[in-house]
Amino acid sequence: MAKDSLKIRMPALGGQGAVTAAHIAATAADTEGYYAVSNPFFGAEKRMAPSESYTRIGTVPIYDRGEVIYPDIVMIYHPQVITMGKSYTMPFYAGIKENGLVLINSDIELLTKHDKDFLDSMNVKVLTRDFTKFAVEIAGTELATNMAMLGALFGALGTIGKPAIEEGIKDRFLKKYTASGGTASLDSVIEKKFKKKLDLIEKNLETASAAYDLTAEWAKEVGLEPMLEPVSMVDGVRQI
Amino acid sequence: MSIKDMTKEKNWSGQKLVSTDYLLFEAPREKHFMTGSEVTKEAIKRCTVDASVSYPITPQSEAAHLIGELWAEGYVGMYFRGENEFGVMSEVAGCAMAGARTVTTTSGPGTLRAMENFPMWSGTRIPVQLILMARGINSPLTIQPDNLEVTFMLETGCMIWYAENVQELFDMTIAAFTVAEMPDVHVPIVTVVDGFFVSHTREAVMLPADDIALHPYDPYAAPLPPIDSEMPPGRFLRDPFVMKSNYISYATHASWQWEVRSAVDRSRPYARHYLNGLAHVTGDEDAEIVFVACGTASNQAKEAHRELAKQGIKSKVVKLRTIRPFPHEELLAATKSAKYIFVPEFNIVGWLDKEVTQSLYGKSEAKIIGRPRVAGGMSMPVESILQEVFENTNAKGA
Repeated sequence: MAKDSLKIRMPALGGQGAVTAAHIAATAADTEGYYAVSNPFFGAEKRMAPSESYTRIGTVPIYDRGEVIYPDIVMIYHPQVITMGKSYTMPFYAGIKENGLVLINSDIELLTKHDKDFLDSMNVKVLTRDFTKFAVEIAGTELATNMAMLGALFGALGTIGKPAIEEGIKDRFLKKYTASGGTASLDSVIEKKFKKKLDLIEKNLETASAAYDLTAEWAKEVGLEPMLEPVSMVDGVRQI
Repeated sequence: MSIKDMTKEKNWSGQKLVSTDYLLFEAPREKHFMTGSEVTKEAIKRCTVDASVSYPITPQSEAAHLIGELWAEGYVGMYFRGENEFGVMSEVAGCAMAGARTVTTTSGPGTLRAMENFPMWSGTRIPVQLILMARGINSPLTIQPDNLEVTFMLETGCMIWYAENVQELFDMTIAAFTVAEMPDVHVPIVTVVDGFFVSHTREAVMLPADDIALHPYDPYAAPLPPIDSEMPPGRFLRDPFVMKSNYISYATHASWQWEVRSAVDRSRPYARHYLNGLAHVTGDEDAEIVFVACGTASNQAKEAHRELAKQGIKSKVVKLRTIRPFPHEELLAATKSAKYIFVPEFNIVGWLDKEVTQSLYGKSEAKIIGRPRVAGGMSMPVESILQEVFENTNAKGA
């Protein structure tokens, strides 16, 4: 049964862009008309150290803050989250709710029989894919892994469309430029960077879009039930 | 731009000067999606701030940085980085004593390093605003949210307000200058939010346009005149008996300490107006289960109220918005129906539990339960609140 709100946990490694992905996910959901909140959690750490971020999306106001201890969805950005325990919770699916979803970025199967049995018993669907390869092939950089993960999430959910994702990505990468765009201070150097940025956004969008299609297809195959209530908007106003 | 560019209609950056009422309640607003750090910049941008001094410490570094951007953009009159938090809090005191509307930000260990300054701030009656993004202060070092540091601030003579979310941080920051600068109040104000849970959380927020701003601060309406070549900091320091060891000296200090606290008390009617009340009550009016909380803990309590409602159990949330002055009347009125008062907190000592217990002593029959309590950076899932409710009341969970 579709819920009125979902809590998403994104364990990743520092530098992979999970904070950015959570931010874009929330912005996209907000654009679609949902209530949305994102927040990161990290230590005084560095690249490759554990870093987690969280997104909450709902058709009802969201008060809950901080770490998602009981997630509906867990997105694993790096195999080391599982193989080296680079996670704030052990095992990585600790606290997962019934009928949940796990997306894992890995080129090999990482779950033990025990993991599988437990997740099966909770009716949690698991998709393991090499999203980094996806990013390298489409965007030409593994830095777009987070965009592939983002697309994969929304492909599985089906209630937040590609235009909203595009809005989220643009909001993240263009905001500062649009804010000062009206001023005469945009010199040629910045314009050059701006064009590069548009390229970057284009590549990111393509990556997210391809991953979206992949998981949308997968969700049909495995019979993933709708997880999140759709939101209806009339003239830009949320209908409850 | 300089202070000389100020006119009666516009400030030095060309923003139209408006009243606090207009800025907070009347100006049309548009939806934005931003973090607590980003909204701090938006609030300060609309406050005609003369001076800010900063020092980096997680989780307030972004906010401090963004105030610096405001200086670069011409909105804040003066901005520099202090050598440490003790220096910063001394330097902002200097700015405020000289008659500047002044703001700074800090967190956790920074607050404690600067501690000596806070009673000095209130004693010299400067209306400086400190935006405190609470972080753990225990050893070994943590950067995570934990509001234990607030307990150290309670008796400094500063006003303390607590914002729950990004929206409240925006509105409170603007109201804070206005209330702190009232001539009959005129004490420092600490606007607290929980680090990360607000500073780094991105959510929807409604903001007025950025081409309007508060009227400038008028230091000549202050109870203590600003310093100049003849006027020492805290005007009475010039009086010879103040530093002596005799009865009139003790009486002076005692009455001044009393006066500082009375000044904090005199902020109540202003805070009621600009904050729409010192406490906000949501949920079932006649509920026997009452959550009393501030900041993120009130967010979590609202989530618990919603879950309990689904199970047919009545509850309500009393969110305290000012801690100094403490909203005694509001708390008593809002807990009349209570049989059980839960005080969920993000610190190990339960400072709010102590405040609530003391305030209601002899006035309420309700059992006060200072739980759940999490610390050191832990989050407080709604499940942990529900567990306390089911263990301590007759309510039966599904």
